[in-house]
Amino acid sequence: MKHSPAPRTHLKWRLLAAGILPVSLVLGALLPASASAAGGTVSLVAYSTPKPAYAALIKAFNATKAGAGVTFSQSFGASGSQATAVASGLPADVVNFSLTPDMDKLVKAGIVSSSWDKGPTAGMVTNSIVSFVVRKGNPKKIKTWADLVKSNVKIITPNPFSSGSAKWNLMAAYGAQLSLGKSKAQATAYLTQLLSHTAAQPSSASNALQTFLGGEGDVLLAYEDDALYAQRQGEPITIITPPQTILIQNPIAVTTNSSNASSAKAFVAYLLSPAGQKLWGQQGYRPVLPKVAAQFKFPTPKKVFTIASLGGWTKVNTAFFTPSTGIVAKIEQGLGVSTASG
Amino acid sequence: MKSRWRLPLRIVALGYLALLVVIPVGSVFYRAFQHGFIAAWDAVTTPDAVHALWLTLLVVLIAVPLNTVFGVGVSLILARHRFRGAWLLDAFVDLPLAISPVVVGLALVLVYGKTGWFGNWLAAHGIEIIFSFPGIVMASATVALPYVVREVLPVLQEIGTDQEQAATTLGASSFTAFRRITLPSIRRSLAYGVTLTTARVLGEFGAVVVVSGAIAGRTQTLTLFIQDSIDNLNPVGAYAGAVILAIIALVVLTVLGADREGRKAKWRSRSDQSPSDSEMPLPSTTSVLMSPMDH
Amino acid sequence: MRRSLRGALRPAAKATGPTLIVTYLSLLVLLPIAAILSKSFENGLGSFWTAVTQPEARAALKLTLICSLLVAAFNSVAGLVIAWVLVRDDFPGKRVVSAVIDLPFALPTIVAGLTLLSLYGPNSPFGINVADARIGIVFALAFVTLPFSVRSVQPVLAELDRETEDAAASLGASSSVVLRRVILPSVAPAMLAGAGLAFARAIGEFGSVVLISGNLPFKTEVASSWIYSLSQSDQLSAAAAVSTVLILIALIVLGAIGIVRRRFNVGEAV
Repeated sequence: MKHSPAPRTHLKWRLLAAGILPVSLVLGALLPASASAAGGTVSLVAYSTPKPAYAALIKAFNATKAGAGVTFSQSFGASGSQATAVASGLPADVVNFSLTPDMDKLVKAGIVSSSWDKGPTAGMVTNSIVSFVVRKGNPKKIKTWADLVKSNVKIITPNPFSSGSAKWNLMAAYGAQLSLGKSKAQATAYLTQLLSHTAAQPSSASNALQTFLGGEGDVLLAYEDDALYAQRQGEPITIITPPQTILIQNPIAVTTNSSNASSAKAFVAYLLSPAGQKLWGQQGYRPVLPKVAAQFKFPTPKKVFTIASLGGWTKVNTAFFTPSTGIVAKIEQGLGVSTASG
Repeated sequence: MKSRWRLPLRIVALGYLALLVVIPVGSVFYRAFQHGFIAAWDAVTTPDAVHALWLTLLVVLIAVPLNTVFGVGVSLILARHRFRGAWLLDAFVDLPLAISPVVVGLALVLVYGKTGWFGNWLAAHGIEIIFSFPGIVMASATVALPYVVREVLPVLQEIGTDQEQAATTLGASSFTAFRRITLPSIRRSLAYGVTLTTARVLGEFGAVVVVSGAIAGRTQTLTLFIQDSIDNLNPVGAYAGAVILAIIALVVLTVLGADREGRKAKWRSRSDQSPSDSEMPLPSTTSVLMSPMDH
Repeated sequence: MRRSLRGALRPAAKATGPTLIVTYLSLLVLLPIAAILSKSFENGLGSFWTAVTQPEARAALKLTLICSLLVAAFNSVAGLVIAWVLVRDDFPGKRVVSAVIDLPFALPTIVAGLTLLSLYGPNSPFGINVADARIGIVFALAFVTLPFSVRSVQPVLAELDRETEDAAASLGASSSVVLRRVILPSVAPAMLAGAGLAFARAIGEFGSVVLISGNLPFKTEVASSWIYSLSQSDQLSAAAAVSTVLILIALIVLGAIGIVRRRFNVGEAV
């Protein structure tokens, strides 16, 4: 480059000094201001999986009388992080999480009423189950929980201390053993076997799916709706429904400090209506309304149990998933002591 | 260097770079355009994606200059002055990197959030930091804080202050001395520092996801959009977004000339044959001040 | 510290500059760190100690420290070699290579993680599989810290006065002597600065490591991942406590590096 550096240096300074402010202002002006539409805005804060479902549901809701002109601001992310964000002040009208303890966080913070689960669906908007995701064609012939702990099988499940999905997975495994007639001690021993067969424990369900799709492991424990979505996207997987599994129930609520309670309540009512539930079903979620659920051909495991039959999330969370002192923590420590080197 | 080392060094360096930089970056580009340019284009021109890009650019335009001014200032202080606690200032500038980005975000919420230390004061004055634009800028600036300092400080320490002292003795204001003598000699390292800072701000995720609330079309930066795309099994959107981030970094890099190797600052080559790096010949200072800017 | 800072600068009469700088530092760094400290001792000294000495924390901290030290040291040398080749050598495509070096920094850590997993994991097109092993952690950390290891040395190498080297060589010094006694002392401060920063980034890194490492507790779970788990399990105080330990370690290492760097610069006219 042979041109004199002097003009370039001056030019750089001029650009830097003069350009930044007006460009920032222009860019700032281009950012959309908060919408003030006829039905107002509803802020939806949810876990990451149902984002595609909500795209369809919001469109359908806007076509109804109650939903005409309602605009939405949407935030999706890891269920626990989203709950923490709302508790820290993230504005939200409708909250939808992947498991109840995250809703309890908001009840504790006074943002959700303690009677959120007293409705006809007990506060739940969708159901699902824990499934096995295997390579297309199921080369290792994995069909039951016993198959998971065969010597040539490597399991992928998220880390139970950072992922709600992992908690559902492990309680499905534990409960499956109990429903097979095993004792609590035997069920815990099974968990030990299961965890010793894990090749990876990624920090989130999304990471776990990516790890599995990246070639790691033989079977992934995942939400059925997650797996169905992946299958629809063309991923080379087969979904195996275990004979015994847990019913995953996803809670929803309108916040107490909602700035648009009427539209928010109308939206949740739509989500729980037969029309809304049918849309959920088409997206791969098991509807909570039995009549709507019957219209879909979801696999029916021999035994489906709920977290209530295992003591409810509050008890289970404390007993199993308290870091360093819970049952699962103790199992990991035991496994770690034998495998950690030096 | 003897020429017999030239080839082995080149092979080792290029091999390591290929393994750790060229192939991975190439892979990102490949996966973005794997299904054709149109598919990639469509994925990153949705309204949410475009907004995410604007937001990211805005964050860069504010956070990077702030960090640059801060970085040059701290470098000048540390290079020119000895005082007790200098090592502490030095270390504190680097410290944000040791904090996991998610913890940076959580800490910012602890301080500036609604239930945080300044929550009431901020609410009373109508200032929104967390879950709003300023919070994103702060989080991004924090994780990218030390790069300008770490590039500029060693060079400032290497070249010493004799030339500037001579200039001020000869009557130049300290700002002129800074502009005409200091700045040209740190130009390349400053370019590296600004490029690294920009790149780091572009790629930040963990801290931003906590302080922004990830509201699509409002507080969702391009990295958050990319994570969203991955969560929804839309790899083209994710990798195309990453390509955009890489292109922005490349543009900044090229404009600042940080990719260029070149002549050393002119006053160095004019210097007398002196083995000591700290001795600057005084006569050339006058000519530097008198002559048009030329470094 | 503030008093001696002002005192040092009174002769230069530039009080507003340092004030602004310290304010900026306070808003972005000091206050958040204070918040982390405050949170970690929220439930008393006893619970801080428990959080920090739990088996998972100890295992994660040990793994993180070892891997980060390894990477910082290794990438310092690699960075020097690469910077050397970029400054002193010439080959077709050099500008492209030089431009590409910073790009890993601009990639979100999830993209970095996914890319490394696809290239050097079970589906690796090169047959290199470092996933779910400690070597994978080192790989990912090297990836995110390399740009800095190179760029910290590059400007100093470029500014280096060749005449001393030429003089030494013409007087009969071998390449290794020239390297050891002329070049290394000049670039050592910058290398150390780069190593310090690489170490600091490595101990805090989460996104790019967590995919390729497999995140197995007691085997490949790094400190930042354990901290994340604690924060997701409603144990924010414990998360802050382990973060405090990382900050203290970084402070010690960076402080030590700073002192050594200052020794190198003692001969400078400042």
